[in-house]
Amino acid sequence: MTAASARIATATPRSGAGLLRRRSLGWWGFSPFVVYVLLFLAIPTVYAVASGFFTAKGEFTLANFSAFASPFIVSTFVNSLWLSAVVAVISAVLGAIICMALAGMDPEGWVRSAADSACSALAQFGGIMLAFAFIALMGAQGVLTVWLKQTLSLDLNSLTPNGPLLYQVGGLVFPYVYFSVPLMVLTFLPALTGLQSQWAEAAATLGAPRRVYWTRIAAPLLAPAFGGSTILVFASAFSSFATAAALIDQGGIVPLAIKQQLTSETIPGLANTAGVLALGMVVVMAVVMTVYAVLDRRARRWRR
Amino acid sequence: MNVPLPSAAPLTGPLTVTGTAVSLDGIHKSFGPHVALRGVSLDVRPGEFVALLGPSGCGKTTLLRTLSGLDRIDAGTISIDGTDVSRVSVDKRDIGMVFQSYSLFPHLTAAQNVEFGLRMRKVDAARRAVRVQEALDMVGLGDRGGRYAHELSGGQQQRVALARALVTRPRVLLLDEPLSALDAKVRVKLREQIRRIQRDLGITTVFVTHDQEEALAVADRVAVMHDGVIEQIGTPEELYRRPVSPFVADFVGLSNVLEGVARGTEVDVHGRVLPVLGPPVEGEVSVYVRPEDIAFTLDPGGVDATVVASSFLGSLRRTSVRLTDGTILAVQHDASDRREPDEAVRLGFAGYPVVVRPR
Amino acid sequence: MSRPVGAALGRSGAVVVLVVAAAAFALPLIALLLFTFRVSGDPGALTLVHYAAIIDPAQELTYDGLFRGLSNSLGICVVTVAIVLLILVPTVLLVEMRYPAMRRVVEFVCLLPLTVPTVVLVVGFVPVYKVVSGAFGSAAWTLAFAIGVIVLPYAYRPIQANIAALDVVILGEAARSLGAGVVPTVFRVILPNLRRGILSASLLTVAVVLGEFTIASFLSRTTFQTALFLLQQSDPYVAAIFSLAALAFVFVLLLVIGRLGSFRPSRRTS
Repeated sequence: MTAASARIATATPRSGAGLLRRRSLGWWGFSPFVVYVLLFLAIPTVYAVASGFFTAKGEFTLANFSAFASPFIVSTFVNSLWLSAVVAVISAVLGAIICMALAGMDPEGWVRSAADSACSALAQFGGIMLAFAFIALMGAQGVLTVWLKQTLSLDLNSLTPNGPLLYQVGGLVFPYVYFSVPLMVLTFLPALTGLQSQWAEAAATLGAPRRVYWTRIAAPLLAPAFGGSTILVFASAFSSFATAAALIDQGGIVPLAIKQQLTSETIPGLANTAGVLALGMVVVMAVVMTVYAVLDRRARRWRR
Repeated sequence: MNVPLPSAAPLTGPLTVTGTAVSLDGIHKSFGPHVALRGVSLDVRPGEFVALLGPSGCGKTTLLRTLSGLDRIDAGTISIDGTDVSRVSVDKRDIGMVFQSYSLFPHLTAAQNVEFGLRMRKVDAARRAVRVQEALDMVGLGDRGGRYAHELSGGQQQRVALARALVTRPRVLLLDEPLSALDAKVRVKLREQIRRIQRDLGITTVFVTHDQEEALAVADRVAVMHDGVIEQIGTPEELYRRPVSPFVADFVGLSNVLEGVARGTEVDVHGRVLPVLGPPVEGEVSVYVRPEDIAFTLDPGGVDATVVASSFLGSLRRTSVRLTDGTILAVQHDASDRREPDEAVRLGFAGYPVVVRPR
Repeated sequence: MSRPVGAALGRSGAVVVLVVAAAAFALPLIALLLFTFRVSGDPGALTLVHYAAIIDPAQELTYDGLFRGLSNSLGICVVTVAIVLLILVPTVLLVEMRYPAMRRVVEFVCLLPLTVPTVVLVVGFVPVYKVVSGAFGSAAWTLAFAIGVIVLPYAYRPIQANIAALDVVILGEAARSLGAGVVPTVFRVILPNLRRGILSASLLTVAVVLGEFTIASFLSRTTFQTALFLLQQSDPYVAAIFSLAALAFVFVLLLVIGRLGSFRPSRRTS
């Protein structure tokens, strides 16, 4: 079996039957974990992705997938993908700049540890509390809205035809970027600090000016980690529910649409639309996380 | 594929480099409140191999880095080949540098690493390929050009780093503890290879290490540094036989410390009289004697001692003995001369001049 | 140049970036704070009336839902931490001490909830909870089972990091050679060295539970976050106050976790 259990087995001078009993007993130790994970992770996931294949009566069918023909559903997915992509790109750029600023700071100093705590806290600060904060900032009576109206005569909320900016799918970009940038910093900073100073110094002694070092050495080395972090941000934005729920009433993005479908079926004749949408989400996430795994493996190879 | 290692015969042709002189004058460097270099001066002759030796924190790496341009100096001048380069940025100083570890660019193959400096100098692709292959052959890795850093052992990585530093034929080669991260056997082989290549090319070289055995083995001259200054610079023999200070006597090779009374140019050590190395001294002193300069004697005038323990070291023995006043000494002698614990012995001294320090 | 060859921004550039970033991130929080002092209808005025309303006994009914949600969430915290301590920790211990080959499997399972979106999981929770409600009733604390799954990746990492920094097999063998059985080895030797990891995991669990909205919302239970959501429609000011308080609380929790430090292997010395 394994070295550890073999060692324990030889340490106890018992009969063969006793040893055998001991070994199989050991595996039962996993049962609470297995039962728990089965009940609350495996079964719900399987049910969620499989329910799209069944009618309300429980018969196998592919008819539910015609939901994807509905323009409403399609636009929901497109919105989600677009929103996540925009948030990912903006957060990646802003996060990378902040990382570059942080990388130059003393690793033991207060700036880095304060930034680390702040990023951990802000990445957790999602949900509806963040929505409240942004309503207070950019809502109809928001601090920023009022200030812009008074100083620059710019009405933030007249930019969008259907109501205040924040309550549109596009407006979600602002709170999403708020919790995505810290996530980007948390995941990308280690890669940046992992750039060995010897590489920059060796490049300099070989005659490379700073610009060449950044384009030929640093950028290629950072690219996998940068891509990986960006993808993580994309995945996180794509899966996010609470903030959107606090700001938008109906659907618009996939998580909201799922809630909608579970509470009231809006497409007649199709059952388990929520399951169909869930399956769609899982497919997107599977693709995204596969790309991430490839990039992460590449990044790890060069990390010391 | 069988690639011959570089032979002892000098390489002529494209890889021959004429040595340049390096001169450091009055270098001062501080990091905040900590003074790393206090007015250090050093002249390296063309084609010479100088080792900077000392414990960590003595300033040897800082001195090397100021020479390379990676750290700026607060005061003093640095000249390469007669030209003042103190204000020249590192990418323009035309030096080759090998770091302690992890300096190969991980996303490039060994060959691409080696050609990097040539690309910076806008050498065309055909010529680059030829010179890269030459350089890799020189370090014995001609068939490994396509490997990446993580596919090479530590010793191989350092050889690629050496090839990379030398391919551009820099005026000076700087090595910052290149062997410290390697296994002992690899270290010995590689230091010999580095020395061979350096001799063949005739390139002026400065080599930093904290390992005194390494420094003595490879260098033409060794500069022992301590607390931001060079305490002594000389050939390995000079440092070993005629250390100018207790620090050098203690750092280079083993030293016993005894009590004695100095009278001008002589010092009385437990009844024996030895000449003093350096200026005359009076009074009570600490005396530094090498283990191989102490011998067991039957002479009734010898110093009485008791054997504590004896270690067999293959080609010789080292026996620790205790004097009547409690001082423990190490005696290095022939391996066949066995000594048992608690055995009573008498010691004699070889008579070489000894370093003394007033107590 | 005064900056080292590897730095991208000079010192002053870096400071500018960080100051601007800090200001930008503080902005929504400041806006929320200012909001709690607003008088509804009068944009310019400031007041403390909303703070007073929390403790005003006459208003008790309005905030009843919120306090119920808060106490429910605390109950869920307790049960979720119990799940972590009673299911996750023993499993990690079992892997490290007996079945190291299972480490990758357990790690994969524990990190899986990061890749499966919560909104997908809840679609599956709905039928599962029909059964759970049958067995345990539909009190809010039963949500702990579902939330425990979400918490797994956050709780697993500090525990695994802590246990990896010890050499559990050698510690176990040393204890056994001194005569200790399996149980005393675990409780007297291994677990005391896992205090920091377990504490980190527990505090992270609390932070996650307090911030959890999705599952409670889909399963129609009252928790702190769902109560806040409802309250915002009737009294946004008090909702804002409690949001800020919750954020401050979580920030303190994370600071404590940060102070607990990272886990260095005891063998490696510089």
